[in-house]
Amino acid sequence: MKKLSARRRHPLAALVVLLFALAATGGLYAAFAPAEKAQADSAQSLATEEGKKLYSVGCASCHGTSGQGTHNGPSLVGVGAAAVDFQVGTGRMPAQQPGAQVPRKKAIYDQAQIDQLAAYIASLGPGPAIPTKQQYSPDGADIANGGQLFRTNCAQCHNSTGKGGALSEGKFAPTLDGVDPKHLYEAMLTGPQNMPNFPDSTMPQKEKKDIIGYLAQVDSSKSSSPGGLELGGLGPVSEGLFAWIFGLGAMITVAIWVAAHTAKARKS
Amino acid sequence: MSTASHEATDATARRGKAPAGERLADWADGRLGIYGLAKANMRKIFPDHWSFMLGEVSLYSFVIIILTGVYLTLFFHPSMQEVVYNGPYVPLQGIRMSEAFESTMHISFEVRGGLLIRQIHHWAALVFVAAMLVHMMRVFFTGAFRKPREVNWVFGFLLLVLGMFTGFTGYSLPDDLLSGTGVRFMEGAILSVPIVGTYLQMFLFGGEFPGHDFVSRFYTIHILLLPGIMAALLVGHLILVFYHKHTQWAGPGRTNKNVVGMPLLPVYMAKAGGFFFLVFGVIAACAAIATINPIWAFGPYRPDQVSTGAQPDWYMGFSEGLIRVMPGWEINLWGHTLQLGVFIPLIIFPLVLVTIAVWPFIEAWVTGDDREHHILDRPRNRPVRTGFGAAWISWYLILLVGGGNDLWATHFHLSINAITWTVRIGFFAIPALTFVITKRICLGLQRRDRDKVLHGRETGIIKRLPHGEFIEVHEPLPQDQMHTLTAHDQPEPLELGPDVDENGVRRKVDRKTKLRAKLSRSMYGEGAQIPKPTAAEHAEITSGHGHH
Ligand code: HEC
Ligand code: HEC
Ligand code: HEM
Repeated sequence: MKKLSARRRHPLAALVVLLFALAATGGLYAAFAPAEKAQADSAQSLATEEGKKLYSVGCASCHGTSGQGTHNGPSLVGVGAAAVDFQVGTGRMPAQQPGAQVPRKKAIYDQAQIDQLAAYIASLGPGPAIPTKQQYSPDGADIANGGQLFRTNCAQCHNSTGKGGALSEGKFAPTLDGVDPKHLYEAMLTGPQNMPNFPDSTMPQKEKKDIIGYLAQVDSSKSSSPGGLELGGLGPVSEGLFAWIFGLGAMITVAIWVAAHTAKARKS
Repeated sequence: MSTASHEATDATARRGKAPAGERLADWADGRLGIYGLAKANMRKIFPDHWSFMLGEVSLYSFVIIILTGVYLTLFFHPSMQEVVYNGPYVPLQGIRMSEAFESTMHISFEVRGGLLIRQIHHWAALVFVAAMLVHMMRVFFTGAFRKPREVNWVFGFLLLVLGMFTGFTGYSLPDDLLSGTGVRFMEGAILSVPIVGTYLQMFLFGGEFPGHDFVSRFYTIHILLLPGIMAALLVGHLILVFYHKHTQWAGPGRTNKNVVGMPLLPVYMAKAGGFFFLVFGVIAACAAIATINPIWAFGPYRPDQVSTGAQPDWYMGFSEGLIRVMPGWEINLWGHTLQLGVFIPLIIFPLVLVTIAVWPFIEAWVTGDDREHHILDRPRNRPVRTGFGAAWISWYLILLVGGGNDLWATHFHLSINAITWTVRIGFFAIPALTFVITKRICLGLQRRDRDKVLHGRETGIIKRLPHGEFIEVHEPLPQDQMHTLTAHDQPEPLELGPDVDENGVRRKVDRKTKLRAKLSRSMYGEGAQIPKPTAAEHAEITSGHGHH
């Protein structure tokens, strides 16, 4: 043992011990650490990795090579996965021709790719996460309360049953008919373009769910219209057009018919 | 019917006891003198033309509105009392609302036939005002407003205005989010009136908006005051139509002294009765097919809520247009704000309507025409009047477009600002343009009439003459058409006479006379009408060289 104790004071001894210690902890960690977590982590980094690739092909030209933003698009640092899932999932992103507002279109990425993009953007800075099904599903929503909330917070732009409406300079609030509940939730969470956002601090999760429940009731394929044709649900303008074209139009047709079928004796 | 009663007296003498119906008629006649009345009136003649039936469409829709309205009053509670909804419509359960709204929900979802009746009532109202407007324009373009029918024109015009306000008050009754926004807007318009605005507002609403009174007040106005006045005017209107007898189109045998058509009884009455059911059928079909004013979708009114796409019914749409395109100007004077952005539209709103209403009187003043007119004008023969009417319609329409600017924007992918600016410019430019174009078209049509009379109708048959020339054979018009095309008179423009009198002294012509002469020249002077062919011209052409 003399040899060993003699070398204890060697200047490199500390380093050697450190290396041994590191190797030991590493080995121990490898032996005892939960296997799934490691896999998830590597999957996460893989998704981020894939997302980054997709991003540099499809998005970087506008949003900058690392999401810092350019002339053509805003910075994406901190917008969160929810914003990406909404923007790409509703087909808005990647944006195409410039216009007053980036419109909804057919999504060009599938959900797996969207998740990868979202993972990458989320890795750039903390932001709202993609909501869970439990959060956005209309099941268990208080529909009447949702209606009240919708009329207070959304109807001024989207119309009282979500048929949409105009904003200034060619911008518009789109119809909410057929919008996926998840995207409804994310829109409220992130406030795309000219829409204000409704974070959980001002509109708790339960209220978002209520709104989604209300829309599912009044503005979806399964909502009924007790009075007959809805005429677009746009109110008096479409009603007026209908009254003139079909109401008065029919009246005049009938009048012409009646006047033409006069008693024959005096027809000149 | 009453004829029967008279004949019955003779018949009874001959055949003993008459059937019960006849005896009843006889009994009534003995007390009410129906026969005399009927005898005088039932041979009244009513000419046939589809455009003469537009008034009837208004009449029948009015009747339908009254009938369905009575049904609605049985269930509607004109109260602003707050209640909690417990009815079958799930999205509103547990929501606080006024009794007015709740009872409308009740009518829509629980009263048997309630929703259908509500929809018939509302569709009939839209059609009613539309029919009135078209009826008015028919009267306008044909010159049916001329002496002796000016008073009836005014009656009719008042009916139109009252119809609009009856509609507006009715639309506001359910106290829903859409109409409440409209009432709020009206309140704002009243408030914008200088000095008295606030007092007026307080008087009407009985306190701060919305207060507790407005629904019950609107209710009285909507079901009692306005319909009462309208019913009275309507009866007066019809009595006058009856008394003046209906106008007719020019034609052989039709003069200013007769009316050619069907006797009121039985032919016209039978047709009118049938027509009532057709009108009712069309409106009922609309109501059965399409939703109108789905208040359940709008929700109850709350001052802190508003929906986009908030418009009034179409007949108030032009006022909405005025307010939407008006720049939001305001003036601050000694601590008071004058809201020109709201007040100016409030002033223009009645002016738009009055503009068309005063035309008959302006025309009468300019022409100085004091004769009675029972033969209608063909619109083309009065290019200035027709141009004016068309310009007015275009003015009205451009304002309607302004009133729906948001929907045109979303549906045609336009910028709402661009539409607003188009309407602002169009407000001034389009009527002028329409006037010029319409007048030109009228003159063109007059020229064609002249050609037709002089050269006959083009037959489309091409003939080759012996020396090789091709000509189209023209066929002389039948005599009655010839008559119709030349029956109108062509007034001479008013002449001021020479500037100086026989003594060489300058004559004094006051400004009013000068204006009148100027207007008269624009209506009847050169370039405002094409001289119709004279008999001599016609004779000359038809005698010698035949076709041209
Ligand atoms: C043609 C340029 C362009 C392309 C390509 C593009 N974007 Fe955008 N992006 C924009 C513009 C401009 C906006 C801002 C308008 C908006 O919010 O829609 C935007 C906004 C966004 C937002 C919302 C930011 C926020 O503040 O909520 C997200 C998220 C986004 N883009 C993601 C993407 C993704 C992911 C891609 C690639 C699939 C992409 N974008 C491709 C131009 C582009
Ligand atoms: C200030 C007006 C405004 C308000 C208030 C508003 N929105 Fe929006 N909303 C918009 C606009 C503008 C868009 C279009 C944004 C875009 O295309 O990126 C939009 C888009 C949406 C979308 C996406 C629709 C689609 O086609 O994908 C949803 C969902 C939505 N809004 C829901 C809501 C809800 C729910 C509320 C109330 C909590 C609300 N909005 C309040 C203006 C508004
Ligand atoms: C409640 C609304 C109204 C009803 C029910 C009504 C009804 C009628 C009817 C049934 C006639 C006879 C048939 C016809 O010519 O069409 C008539 C004629 C007439 N109406 Fe109206 N009308 C209404 C509104 C108006 C309006 C808004 C005007 C114009 C401002 C007007 C002006 C006239 C005139 C001048 C006549 C005589 C026409 C002629 O003899 O050629 N009416 N109305």
